[in-house]
Amino acid sequence: MSGSAEPGTELGWLAGELREEFPGLGLHQLTVERGSGRSTRATKDRLRVLSDRFAGAQAINLRHQPIPWAYRVFFRHIGLDPDHQRTPVEELALERMKHGGFRSRSLLDDALTIATIESGVGVRAFDADRVSAPLGIRPTVAGEALEGRPGELPPGTLVVADAERPVSLLFGAGARGRGVTPKSRRTLLVAIQVGGVPAIAVEEALWLAAGVLQG
Amino acid sequence: MPELLEHTEANPAASPATLVPAGTGAGERRARGDLRLQIARLERELGELFASAFPRRGLEWRVGAVGGPRMLSTGELERIRDALAARLADTRAELARRADAEEANRGLVERMIAEPAEHRWVKVSNEDVGEPGCRHWHSRPRWGILGMLLGWWRVRLSSGCPLAAGPRPPAPDAKRSPDGT
Repeated sequence: MSGSAEPGTELGWLAGELREEFPGLGLHQLTVERGSGRSTRATKDRLRVLSDRFAGAQAINLRHQPIPWAYRVFFRHIGLDPDHQRTPVEELALERMKHGGFRSRSLLDDALTIATIESGVGVRAFDADRVSAPLGIRPTVAGEALEGRPGELPPGTLVVADAERPVSLLFGAGARGRGVTPKSRRTLLVAIQVGGVPAIAVEEALWLAAGVLQG
Repeated sequence: MPELLEHTEANPAASPATLVPAGTGAGERRARGDLRLQIARLERELGELFASAFPRRGLEWRVGAVGGPRMLSTGELERIRDALAARLADTRAELARRADAEEANRGLVERMIAEPAEHRWVKVSNEDVGEPGCRHWHSRPRWGILGMLLGWWRVRLSSGCPLAAGPRPPAPDAKRSPDGT
């Protein structure tokens, strides 16, 4: 089920019923040989320029753009309300509007912000040494839970998982201990492709984030 | 990997109804596919309405979620489709109602400008005519009480939004003494 999409990036696996139910759904991943750290001046400058480019008009017209629209539609298809639980790009757009700019937090967070805003595709990261790549998407079975989160997940919940356990909800909270920390040495960047989003846009998002991380 | 992907069938404790949509036949799947297309179309129309509604406030856009992320049954997809269609109809009706009011207010502004004395103290804001910004038209007397007594009325157009309040940053050329004071 896993295969190479482009040199360096890898396609994740997908549970059979999901492949039939959601044509176009996929998970792309890319391992970067470094963790996070303090954001560089160049990255902060890039965020500032991005903030200037991304104003209210762009935020309002996000839903007109094919990629953000495709994620909104997919959210509806899996039972989420994108006006309540926002898509990654809309979440960042809202933050931009509230704070007057994209805030710099760490090199990794800034890289994910730049990649998500530039491409429209949400990118998230895991500690590559604490998950067993390749990751994939599947529904949970009874008794499964997200590490560090109270309670079990309802059976059938769509999760991003490695070979052993769920590592995050699909477009939701992550399991404790699988994310990138200051001690992480390698980062696994993950982007979800949905119907209507071309693979090249997802690849671009991953490479954008990797490029910022690697300077 | 296969054991991971097929464990939904392998685990008898899990209720099949909660793991996969109620109907798994080709017909059911086709029906869900059709519903997803309808949801996508309605979502596009709602997005267009959202953009065209700006800068009007107070409109409800939420449709509500059936709970996820998970694969939805045909009934749940129908519920989302119906809720989207209802939201679209409600919002269109509300926007049409507001558009009528805004058109009436634009007419009022024109009449105010033509005959300010006939519209004493009437104030119309940008929000009343469906436009962004803080500008407003206000029919008021020239030279205060004298204008009121002599009937010298005019429409004043405000200059815009008030400046942002809050503490100012220090002036860039402000210098500190060596002891830090």
